[in-house]
Order: sequence, then C-alpha cells, then structure tokens
Amino acid sequence: MEDDAPVIYGLEFQARALTAQTAETDAIRFLVGTQSLKFDNQIHIIDFDDENNIINKNVLLHQAGEIWHIAASPADKAVLSTCYNKTSDSRVVSCAAVWRMPSDWDSGNHESPDDSAHNPQTLELLCHLDDSAHRNAACVLWEPMGDGKRVISLADNHALLWDLQESSTQATVSSTATLEGKGQLKFTSGKWSPHHNCSQLATANDTTIRGWDLRTMSQIYCIENAHGQLVRDLDFNPNRQYYLASCGDDCKVKFWDVRNVQEPVKTLEEHSHWVWSVRYNHSHDQLVLTASSDSRLILSNMVSISSEPFGHLVDDEELSEGEDNHQEDKSKEPLKDSVVSTYEEHEDSVYAAEWSSADPWLFASLSYDGRLVINRVPRALKYRILL
Amino acid sequence: MDADGSVSDESGRRRRVHGMLKLYYGLNEEGKIPEQPQSLDPCDINGPHFDPELYLNKLRRECSLSELMDHETCMVKQIRSLDSDMQTLVYENYNKFISATDTIRKMKNDFKKMEDEMDCLSANMAAITDFSASISGTLQDQHAQITKLSGVHTLLRKLQFLFELPARLNKCLELQAYAQAVSSHRRARCVLQQYSHLPSFKGIQDDCNAIMEKLAQELRQKFRDGGTSAKDLSECVELLLQLDEPAEELCDKFLSHAGSRLELDLQGLETLSLPSPTPNTDILEFIDRGCNEFVSSLCLVITSYQELFNIPQMANGKLQAFVDDLAARYFSLVERRIQEEKGVGDNSLLVRALDRFHRRLQAVAKLLPGSAVPTRGTEIVVRAATERVKQYLSALQSFYMDSLTDVRQALATPRLSVAGGGTLPELLSSLSASILNQIKSVLASVHLFTAKDITFSNKPYFKGEFCSQGVRENLVVNFIRFVCQSSRQFCESAGDKGGSTPPALLLLLSRLCLDFETSTISYILTLTDEQFLVQHQNPITPVTTLCGEAREAAQKLLNHYVKVQGLIISQMLRKSVETRDWVNTIEPRNVRAVMKRVVEDTTSIDVQVGLLYEEGVRKAHSSDSSKRTFSVYSSSRQQPRYAASYTPSAPMDTNLLSNIHKLFSERIDIFSSVEFNKVSVMTGIIKISLKTFLECVRLRTFGRYGLQQIQVDCHYLQMYLWRFVSDENLVHFLLDEIVGSSAHRCLDPSPMEQSVIEVICERG
Repeated sequence: MEDDAPVIYGLEFQARALTAQTAETDAIRFLVGTQSLKFDNQIHIIDFDDENNIINKNVLLHQAGEIWHIAASPADKAVLSTCYNKTSDSRVVSCAAVWRMPSDWDSGNHESPDDSAHNPQTLELLCHLDDSAHRNAACVLWEPMGDGKRVISLADNHALLWDLQESSTQATVSSTATLEGKGQLKFTSGKWSPHHNCSQLATANDTTIRGWDLRTMSQIYCIENAHGQLVRDLDFNPNRQYYLASCGDDCKVKFWDVRNVQEPVKTLEEHSHWVWSVRYNHSHDQLVLTASSDSRLILSNMVSISSEPFGHLVDDEELSEGEDNHQEDKSKEPLKDSVVSTYEEHEDSVYAAEWSSADPWLFASLSYDGRLVINRVPRALKYRILL
Repeated sequence: MDADGSVSDESGRRRRVHGMLKLYYGLNEEGKIPEQPQSLDPCDINGPHFDPELYLNKLRRECSLSELMDHETCMVKQIRSLDSDMQTLVYENYNKFISATDTIRKMKNDFKKMEDEMDCLSANMAAITDFSASISGTLQDQHAQITKLSGVHTLLRKLQFLFELPARLNKCLELQAYAQAVSSHRRARCVLQQYSHLPSFKGIQDDCNAIMEKLAQELRQKFRDGGTSAKDLSECVELLLQLDEPAEELCDKFLSHAGSRLELDLQGLETLSLPSPTPNTDILEFIDRGCNEFVSSLCLVITSYQELFNIPQMANGKLQAFVDDLAARYFSLVERRIQEEKGVGDNSLLVRALDRFHRRLQAVAKLLPGSAVPTRGTEIVVRAATERVKQYLSALQSFYMDSLTDVRQALATPRLSVAGGGTLPELLSSLSASILNQIKSVLASVHLFTAKDITFSNKPYFKGEFCSQGVRENLVVNFIRFVCQSSRQFCESAGDKGGSTPPALLLLLSRLCLDFETSTISYILTLTDEQFLVQHQNPITPVTTLCGEAREAAQKLLNHYVKVQGLIISQMLRKSVETRDWVNTIEPRNVRAVMKRVVEDTTSIDVQVGLLYEEGVRKAHSSDSSKRTFSVYSSSRQQPRYAASYTPSAPMDTNLLSNIHKLFSERIDIFSSVEFNKVSVMTGIIKISLKTFLECVRLRTFGRYGLQQIQVDCHYLQMYLWRFVSDENLVHFLLDEIVGSSAHRCLDPSPMEQSVIEVICERG
C-alpha cells in the first residue's frame, strides 16, 4: 500500500505564517500569510481536495504589511488575526489586528483559476489589537474551542487579554500580565492551554518557559533554561493536561510535565538546526510534528508519553467481534518512541507546520521560499493507531 | 668385482698375520694354510721351509760380490750373537734348578720337627679336660645357694622400695619432682594392687594413693592456674593422663586453658588493631605479631594436644571446633585490620603481610588436615585482593579527575604563548603520559599479588579469575570505561547550563579519547594480558568494544566542541544583528568590529584545533579563489535585477537564482557530526555561525545602508573564512544566502558597488 505523494504548492512570496482554519471541520483548509516588503501582502486560502489530490487556492489582499503570524478564530470561519509589520517613515512597527474575510471570497475564483487576471479581494479590518502602550505584537492566540470572543496577544513583555465585542469590531483589554526582570524581556511565542477550562497560558521568552493563570494573571510555573538557547515554539498536549512540548535553537524538542519542571520528560534530538515549530496532532497526541531550519519536517511517534501509551485500548464489545486475539496481541506489544518519517520536500528553512483541523491524518508545512507541502501520516502507522 | 677383490685381499692379509703368530707359538697346522706363499718361500731365512742350497744359489745369482761379502759378514755377526744368547740362557736355567733342589730339602727337615710338637700338645689338652671336670663337680652345690641368695636380695630391695615409697613420694612432692613421683608410683602400682590383700601392703597402698591424690590435686591446681608455659602445661597433662585422669575432661581443660592464653594474644592484637591515636603499627607488623604470637601458639597447642591425646575421634572433633572458633576470631580481627588498609601507596607491604598470613596458616593446615582454617584464610586473602583492586580503581578514577582539574587550571591561567593555549599538546601528552604511568604503576602493584614467591599466587583464583575478572575487567576495563563516560558527561552537563566546560578542555579530551582508541587501549590491554597471562575463559570485553566506546566519546566531545565554539560565535553574530536598527543606519564606512572579532576568534580556534588535530583534506581550491568571491558577489548583486525583470508579468519576489542554485546543491546539515581533523571541525563551526547569521538576518528589516553594511560584512567574512573550510563553496553559498536574504528584507534594495566594498574591506 503506497502512501500518497506529497502535494506541493508554491507561493510567489516568501512566507512564515501558516494556520489551519480552526473553525472549519469539513474541508481541509489552510491559511498562509506572505512576507514581502515591496508588494502587497496576501493571505492564501489553500483548499485541499482529498479525493482528487488537488489544491484550490484563493487569495485575499492584506495590505497592512508583511505577515509574521496568523491565527484563525475557533468559532467563526471568516475571522482571523494577523501580526504584521508596517513600515512608515523608515520605521518598522509591529501590529496585530482581527480581520474578516469577505463573504464571497470563493465565489469568483472557481471559474477562473488564472488568478493573475483576477483582482483579489481585500480583507475587512475588524479591529486593532494594540493600543499606544502596547506595541510589537509577537503573536495572537485565540481561546481554544471558545466562542471567538477572547484573544490574547503577546506584545513585548506584556500578555494582553482582549475581549472582542459587537461581532469583533471592538476590542478592549480586560487584563494584562507583565513579565518583569532585568534587561529587555520579550515574549517570543505562547500557547493558550485547552485544559483547565482554558485558564492557563504558556509563554516563551529567551530560554525560559512560563505558565500563567489567566484568572489572576500571575505566573504559576517557570522552566528556567528550558532550552540551551532561544525557545521558538510551544504546544500543549491536547489530551494530557500537564504535558507541554517545546522546541528551540538548541535543535532539540523537549516534552515537559509542568508539575515537575526540573527535567524534561523526554528530549528529541533529530534536527540538525533550530526547531521553529512543534505541533501535537489534535486527536492522536503521540503524533508530533516538528519543523526546522535544516529544511526538514519530522513526524515522530511519541507513544510512551502520549495518552495512549499502550496503544489503542480495545473495548470488551470490540473483543466479541471475532478477531480479538489479533488485537489483544497488538495492544500488549510495548510500543516505542520513534521517528515516523522525515520529509525533505523543502529546500529552505521550514518555519511553520500545522495539522489540518478537518482530517487528523493530514498536515501542511511552509518553508521560507513560499513552498507549502501537504503530507499525510503513512498509512501503515495510521492503521496501527486505529486498529 | 673390485669390491670382491679388496675383500679377499683383506682376508688374506689377516690370515697371514694369524699364521705368523701361530708359527711363533708352535701351533702351526700346515694343512690349513696351503696358500701362504711367504712361509713356503725356501729363501726366507726365518721360514720353516728354508732351503740353504736354494738361498745360496739365489744370493749367488742375484747379488754382486761386494753384496755377497756384506751379506756374509752380516750373517756371521748374527750367528755369533745368537750363539752367545743361547749360552747365557743355558747358564741361568741351570742355576735356578740347583737352588730349587736346596729349598725342597730344607722343607723336608722342618716338617719332621713340627710333628713331634703337635703330639705333645694333644697330651696336655687331655690332662686339662680331666681337671676341669673334677672342679665343676665339687662346685655344683654352692652355685645353687648363691642364685637363691641373690633372688632374695632383689626381692628385699623391691620390698624396701615399696616401704620407702610413701616417704619418697612425699619428698618428691616437696621438691615438686612430679614426673619422678609419678613414674615411681607407676612402677609400684601393679605390685601393690596384686598384694593389696596383705595388710602391710594395703597400708602402703593407701598411703601411696593418698599421696598421689594430693599430687594429682596439686597438678590440677597447677594446671588450673594456667600461668605456666605451654610446655609445662603439656607436661602436666601428660602426668595427669598417666594418673588415669579422664581424657575427655582433660581435653576440655587443656583446651580451655590454651584458649584463655590464646585469648590474651588475641586481645593484644585487638588493642593493636584498634584505631589508636598513633597509628604507627603497619599491617605487616600487625600480621607479624599475629603470626608470631597467635598462630605459633595455636600450632604449639595443636601439636602438644595431638601428642597428648591420641584418641582420634572425640579429641579431634574438639580440637577442630576449638581451632575454628579461635581462628574465626583471629580472622575477623585480621580482616578488620586489612579493611583499614586504605592507602594505596605501597602495595608490597600488604602483599607481604597477606603472604605471611597465608603462609603461616599453611602450618596449621599441615597439622590439622581437615580444618577449614586455610580455606577461610585464602578467602580472606581473596577478599583483600579484590578490595584492593577496587581501591585501585577508585584511586585511578580520582587521579584522573584530579589531573583533569589540573588541566582545567592550566587552561584557565593566563595564556603564556601568543597562540592561546599553546601548551595544549604538552598538556595532552603530559595528561596521557601520567594516566599511562599511573595505570602501569597500579598494574605493577597489583601484579605483586601474583608474584611467584607469594604462596597464595598459585591458588586457582589468583591464576584465573583474579587476572581476568579482577584486574582486566574490574580494574583496567572499568577505568577506560570511566574515562569515556566522564568525557561524555562533559558534553551533557554543559549542554544546558551554557558551557561550563572550557572548550579547550573538550578539544583536549576528544583528542585523548581518540588516542585511546588508536593506541592506548590496545597497549594497556596487551600489557595487562602479558603481565597477568590472562586466560580468556571467561567472557571478557574485547578491545574493539572499548575502542568503539572511546571513539564514540571522542566523536561526541568533538561535536560538542564544534557546537560550543559555534554557539559562542553565533551569539556574537546574533547580538550584533538583533541589537542594531538596520533601517536607519548610516552608510557603511567600515567593516563592523564584530566581524573582525569573528574572524579573530575563528583564527584562534583554528590555531587551537591545529595544535591537536591534523589538517585534513579539503577540496581542491580553485586557483582564482579571490576572483570567485567577485563572481559570487556579482551574482548576488544581480539578484534584484533578475527579480526586476520578472516583476512585470508577476509579482515574483523570490530569488529565482538562489532557488535554482539550491536545487542543484547538496543539503547542508548544520549541526552534524564532524571528522577528526581540523578542516572538518572548522567547517562545522563556520557553518553553525553563518547559518545563525542567515536566520537572524531573515528576522530583520533593512534599510538601504543596512543591506550595504551586510554586503561589506559578508565580503569581509568571505575574504578570511574560505581558507578554514573543506569546501569553500559552502562559505560562498551561505554568505550568498545571507546577502540575498537581506536584499529581500530590504526596503530600498540598492546594493553597493563591488569595488567600493572591496576598498572598504581592504582598508578595514
């Protein structure tokens, strides 16, 4: 049984920002934000047709500036947020904003795939996520599985919790947390935990990972020197509330139990350069995707620290279905952590990788030269996890 | 044919000689030698068939006159001498005959006289016999009387002895001559027993018994006092045994007395072994004392006991138990003392002590064949030896760690030479030499255990297991493993806490491990195998495994070194990119100081690595290295132009040229394993640094002069870095990427003229 070949899509611009359209659970859809200083920046809406193995794309203009980070609202398919750089008067300013896609973004494009002749539509600005005191947003986080009303933005050394009101056209800061210490501290990335009723946030600054309680906006844990160098990205295990993955410039991916932050639970050292992104699969948390500036994407199977350390647990009802012996043998096999696959379709640094929100076996990765690659989990592994 | 002829010739000659001899002795047998030509020759003057007529004729025929004359005179001379000889012989024989006749006559006369005297003698002897018979007849009666009298006399003497016995015994008692008393009493005892029905004898017997009882009492008292020497004691026991004391009881008593005395010895030893404030007794002294006092007394006890009590079963059992008990206590003392022996300085003392200990126990083994004492003793020796090996291992380990600390200090002290760490090779050689020496000296020390003159060295344990498991595996192999392991720890501990280990140490250790792999390990193991004649019956760690481990450690250390050094340079580059406002910078006038620093640091790293590692192979330089620089930069300069040519049709922002380049170039692994040579190490470090530079540049936005500054910096790096790496294209490619990326991130990409860049770089 051969695995499907990866599907490659090329953007004309360099790009760093990639996200799955979180609220969309039927179509496989990714959003990519481009980086160009000379031309109008775009948001590419990539639709993947699983059955025909082809890509449909739509382009929306994002004229405010080059996009460094993009995130989609978990509640409204049409709403997304970006962090972008704006240059004015030979000054570069980082901003964050919430946007709405035009309602008919995909109506015109289907007929004429030759988009160079077509004039792309423009995003509709809903609100800015910065005020005069807080600039330089590094990323915007939507409340996981929320109603799309709460957003956190990380700007310099502040974490701002925003309430979006009146169909997101107005944003007010409801609370803030500030990182204090000597030197110029700056958040580099963060993640809103889906556990504990969405009351926790994890942030990274330099080599440190911090946990915050959003109710009191106070620090709850701190992993000093989590990585030898800069921490680039974080992700929460969707099924195990205390488990957190991090990656950084020491080429390592580390898995933490935040209840005991002295030592990582597990460390992966597969990449040969900085690791920029780490993502747990939304349903099968043993599958971990990492993207690195060594131009590689690695899919690892971390069974031992997943929520299913002994494989798929077989129910009694399933057992009565006949081929129970087979399954029992399989479930008792000690499963080992391993690298499932290394994807080398990229030729430049891969800065982002994301799982699809619709199909748990599909993921996209984006390299700096604007190449988007869509891959699937190898079938053999897929069936082993499912059966 | 020839051979046959020679054989017959030979036999002929032999027969001729034989014949002449026979002729001389008159044994001639004519019939047997018909073929003898010479004896048949009638002309042979000495032959039997001599014919004078023929001879004369022959002479006359053959010789001249003068010859004949000569012949004649010669013949006459011979005839005369023969005549005179014959005459002399006749006279001599005649004289001898006459003297013989005289002698025979004289003998005849003498024999006649002797016959007369013999007759006279036989007559006298007959008279003597008669006299003697008459005398013995008369003395018969008196003889019987004398015999009787002498019998009475002895009886009386015996009786007197008996009557005097009590008094004598008393006197002996007074004089403490117990042995005499007992022997006297023993002589009288049977008689007294026999005649005890007679009242007088009964009285004597009672007296004697009373006295003997007293004596026995006294003996027991003496026995009990125990103050006497072992010899006295054994004498006592002997006497008591003769007095029919119950043997078993005596055994017990004897042993308990001996025990109490041995106890004293043990106590003496114990006070010695206690950790006194003045620990001046060394182990040898202690063991000596133990041997001389305890073991020799024990041997004495055993011998005297065995001499005294010849009842094999019961007595032997008691003795065994007794000896075992005491020996156990002795052993525990010895063991405790041995355990205190922690200083690993001089092993010979311990070995000598153990040897003496073991040797003395052999005496016990000889005296008491079935005893467990010698095996227990051997066990103690074995334990002491293994303990020693352990101590040596830990001593080696601490020595290694100490020398590492020394090396660290040497590295930390202000650099003496210009090159910076010019002493690295010296440090390395002194480190490895001192490790090797230490191992050798430890091996020599341990080797004492198996020396030929040491009694326990021929035990199977010391021949086999001690050599292979104890020394080879536990000592040598474990030490090598320890070295590798501790080296690996340097990589791990330093990884997260930010390089607490100085990079030079990493480099040095990596070289050390590599040396271990190439030569030292096999040398040490061969040395061990030779010295200890290790028999490979037990599973042992093969050299290749150890070498593999060492190589792995060396690789890890070197990789870590590359990483650490790369990070140091990366950090500089990153800071320099992150902290600058690239949009509003001024036109570049100089190469930035940080780039000079990078080149300087790289050069010093290059020197440092060059001290320990070989150059390594690099790809052949193109003869026009400098020109290449030019072309690469011209291409990067052209990038905007290329992009511009595409812009009308599509907003093509990506760098087509660099993409095409990437398609055909190999993927570069940044933090990858390096080879054991300078070029590879330097390539690794430079790769890490430049990749960091690239990634940092991509995160920034540049103004016009920002881009130009990057151009200048990259050209400067290009000028100096290509010589360090194995493949200069790599440096070109990465620098190209940096300039390309910064051009992309530039708001106003108008690059600087190549000639201006070159001028700035050459000036700075």
